[in-house]
Amino acid sequence: MANTAISILFDGVAYAMFLFIVSVGLSVTMGLMGFVNLAHGAFAMAGGYLVVTATQSFGVPFPLALVIAAVAIGAVSILFERTLYAGLYGASELDQVLMTIGLTFMVIAAITYFYGPLPEHVRMPDYLTGEINLGFRSFPTYRVFIIVIGAVLVAVLWYGFERTSLGAKIRAAVDNHRMAQSIGIDVARLFRISFALGSGLAALGGGLAIQLFGLTPSFAILYLVFFLLVVAVGGSGTLWGTLIAALVLGICDTAGKYLYADAGGFFIYAVAVAILLIKPAGLYGRG
Amino acid sequence: MAADSLAPTVAAALPQARERAARFLAARHRLRPIEALPWLIALAAFFIFPDRMMLGSQALIMILFALSLDLILGFAGIVTLGHAAFFGIGAYTAGLLITRLQWTEPITGLLAAAACAAVAGVLSGWILLRYRGLALLVLTLSTTIMLQEIGNLVPDFTGGYDGIPGVVPAPLLGRFEYDLYGHTYYLYALVVLFLLFFLARRIVYSPFGRALAGIRENVARMHALGSPVHWRLVTAYAIAAAIAGIAGALFAQTNGFVTLGVFDFERSAGVLMMLILGGTGWLYGAFIGAVLYMVLENRLSAVSPEFWQFGLGFVLVAVVLLVRRPRWDWVKLWRRVVART
Repeated sequence: MANTAISILFDGVAYAMFLFIVSVGLSVTMGLMGFVNLAHGAFAMAGGYLVVTATQSFGVPFPLALVIAAVAIGAVSILFERTLYAGLYGASELDQVLMTIGLTFMVIAAITYFYGPLPEHVRMPDYLTGEINLGFRSFPTYRVFIIVIGAVLVAVLWYGFERTSLGAKIRAAVDNHRMAQSIGIDVARLFRISFALGSGLAALGGGLAIQLFGLTPSFAILYLVFFLLVVAVGGSGTLWGTLIAALVLGICDTAGKYLYADAGGFFIYAVAVAILLIKPAGLYGRG
Repeated sequence: MAADSLAPTVAAALPQARERAARFLAARHRLRPIEALPWLIALAAFFIFPDRMMLGSQALIMILFALSLDLILGFAGIVTLGHAAFFGIGAYTAGLLITRLQWTEPITGLLAAAACAAVAGVLSGWILLRYRGLALLVLTLSTTIMLQEIGNLVPDFTGGYDGIPGVVPAPLLGRFEYDLYGHTYYLYALVVLFLLFFLARRIVYSPFGRALAGIRENVARMHALGSPVHWRLVTAYAIAAAIAGIAGALFAQTNGFVTLGVFDFERSAGVLMMLILGGTGWLYGAFIGAVLYMVLENRLSAVSPEFWQFGLGFVLVAVVLLVRRPRWDWVKLWRRVVART
């Protein structure tokens, strides 16, 4: 019993860290500009496929491949931001939804063309396979790796959000876009920076996901729903909200799949809908 | 000073403008000869491509589905990512009636599907339409996926992911058998579409339809005017749900099977795209969009499925960035036609 609870908690936290890493960028960009970016899942997936290519075709070690994917997708996302997104700030939500769905379809099609529809895998280095003994019981090393990366990122992002002037500006702009602008904060620039950082993190998350779920071109839409749930439940533009929402949804989903395998997929939606009905702006959101 | 000198001109122009406005309002809902065109094309298609009528009836069903979305998106301004929920409920109602209850009469099947979808529309609309923005998108998307999961939970009843095969309705009106080429299905779908289109047209030109447009353009003002905004939206949502349910029921009856795929996100997104391709908020967008979408699908999939998906994505991005900024030209053209006649 206790063992099952620990397994659920452990796997749930690992899953939550994956959700957090991918969703945090989406949350900040959504909070800054109110931009509904449905192509975020496509960025994560593109990162995953970059990791596959880097490790399989060029023999790059897996951790380095993750970094390369994050940097590359972050850089490419700036290009997209300048050409496709910039024209739609302040446009209707419908236009943003349509454009980003269109972009997602193009990415999915391109990836299916080059990689095929079958699931991709990566070869893990030996030190990330097997189990690791933490004294009272052993855990899969790879999930420990994800939790460690997640924890480090939470610390780094916490420092960036709470202790740097860039973070203060982002918080100010999320709170009150117009006021922030009128005291001379360049919100569009903040958006560009957080968009690139967020897309890079999404790519990192996509790379981490390969070993957990396997990577197919349907990843971009399948997991997008979960990223959106995390952002909506947490409240857009909030670091803590995204973290708490990722933990709640990640652990609930894992628990549901452990305890009621048949109804597994149902839980995460039921929990998210229940929270949103009570708090439509999310746990930490305003309004 | 300038205002003084302008005043007489304005005063002189006022009665004229008033009369023009009154004439416009009085004539707005009148049928124009050009509105016979889609139906003439649909009938002509029946005689020109007699062996392609299965595809034709699918096109008519998609037009009906897109039309139902236009009622809430184009006229009431509700952005949903879960419209497939009602299509799916309708499809399953029709499918389960025939296979589980042996209720094979097709037209009452449609009515039952409409009723079930409308009830779902009232319930979900009553709860969900209080929300806007991201919350509404996520809630509509999630509830649709939840329906799919529920369908998967009771496989004895719904057939799970394998779906329900053998949805074969009794002959239409007790006398018209279904032929291999889908001629009966096509005419059946065409008549249903015709009736529901004029119902929808009647609705959007009614005071209720105007109230919806008011809500779309300025919610705060409609609240201030004392319009029961929430109930108006829920009513529109339920009507759209019922029509989507009928589209789903036709889909089940003409294809002979239903699977949980009817609840897929791709279906919700697909109908949204059809409507966008044809233009929202003028009813004929559903006709142009659904046909354009299916022709594109047909042509581009022939090259390769990826090519179709990429092309669709490209068209969407281009439509949003290039065309929707100044708005669709043919919507504007239509408005001009309406204003002139």
